[in-house]
Amino acid sequence: MHIVDGALSNPVVIAGTVLAVGGMAMGLKKLTLERIPATGILAASFFVASLIHVPIGPSSVHLILNGLAGLILGWAAFPALFVGLLLQAVFFGFGGFTVLGVNTLNIAGPAVLAWLIFGPMVERSSPRNGAIWAGIGGAFATATTTLGVAFSLMLTGDEFIPAAKLVFFAHIPIMVIEALLTGAAVYLVRKVRPDLFTAVKEPAE
Amino acid sequence: MVQRLISADEATAGGFPFAYGYLSRLDPRLRIVLAASFAVAVVALSDLVALSGAVLLAACLLPLSGLPAKRTFKRMAGMDGFIIFTLILLPFSVSGTPIFTVFGIHASWEGLWQAVEIALTANAVILALMCLVGSMQPVTMGHALHALKAPPQLVQLLMFTIRYIETLRSEYLRLRGAMKMRGFKPGTNWHTYRSFGYLVGMMLVRALERSERVLGAMKCRGFTGRFVLLEDFRMRAQDWAFAALFLGATVLLILIELRHVLA
Repeated sequence: MHIVDGALSNPVVIAGTVLAVGGMAMGLKKLTLERIPATGILAASFFVASLIHVPIGPSSVHLILNGLAGLILGWAAFPALFVGLLLQAVFFGFGGFTVLGVNTLNIAGPAVLAWLIFGPMVERSSPRNGAIWAGIGGAFATATTTLGVAFSLMLTGDEFIPAAKLVFFAHIPIMVIEALLTGAAVYLVRKVRPDLFTAVKEPAE
Repeated sequence: MVQRLISADEATAGGFPFAYGYLSRLDPRLRIVLAASFAVAVVALSDLVALSGAVLLAACLLPLSGLPAKRTFKRMAGMDGFIIFTLILLPFSVSGTPIFTVFGIHASWEGLWQAVEIALTANAVILALMCLVGSMQPVTMGHALHALKAPPQLVQLLMFTIRYIETLRSEYLRLRGAMKMRGFKPGTNWHTYRSFGYLVGMMLVRALERSERVLGAMKCRGFTGRFVLLEDFRMRAQDWAFAALFLGATVLLILIELRHVLA
């Protein structure tokens, strides 16, 4: 899901960076002293959770969980997921440097969208229905991320259209798994600590 | 399973692979700025000779960084494995002089060169980034970003994430151990996905509880929202010398790129 340096055209990289900086500014504005420890430790848990390998048939996939991150963190998902991508690129050689903005936008943008669209249902309906909406949100976020990656490639040039299609179709099983896991995780959180949804952000409108 | 990204031999570094090579004696701010300028310059290159030079220059940094070569190359190979499918399709989707034909689809030289160009750029940038910045202690990177005027909340968020990744990873491993003791065997079924979902949910709940204790402890000690960063960065003669050398080499790469225009 990471785009690397050199693949995208300059206008795409610049536009992506500008939008990502905007999203991060929105997220940082709401990060008060009280919220920074919780946001930071939740960001670290999403980093660790994204390394979990989940079996699927004979193979296994790792998760993105950006839908869940959006539902819990709100706009703070932008800086939190940026930090994760920065650490991955710098210390583990995954992704790239000039594309950090595009990658942040492609992963955190859908996270925030999932929260804006599905957040109210996830937080207010019964835990069971909340889990179902969260599952839909999880699949939506992964699908939107994949479309974002495909779109970034297609804006760069028509020659990437086959690759963009491949990226999207290869991720359909992952969308299903993301939906199931996000749903289950939200069900547990709703039962155990429903205030987790308002710990680092305002409740969804 | 937790991926090979964080292996056991790195546990002492809080999961991060920092090293003490020659580069660790240089100003961390300088290393970040040089990595950034190298990345921007290399992304602008498109000539294969210049790009090969960029990979070579990045490879020269590896012994200086003190990072273990084998593991670093393995990480690069991991990234390459990730992009290989995108690159393999390029010769077939770019039209131009055909190399060969499979099932009536032409592979073109132009597409092949474009794929090679992307692969060289990506590898050069990520290797230089890992050597220059990835070899420093993550906390030092946070301090250096602060000194470079990154937004303070972002730096604090970064510091918290760095501090708690290893803690949360061991918590994850403990929970997984507990699941294993109860006979949990992951497979492609609803039970597995639900269990993993509950596991992630439990990690988030515990993270919140931990953060409440941390915030309480910080308030107890009079935290006012400002980290006192003790590191004092200074540019010395060797920093300027290295900067001149490295920037000189980067400019040389740009000149190689422009050699046809200039000649």
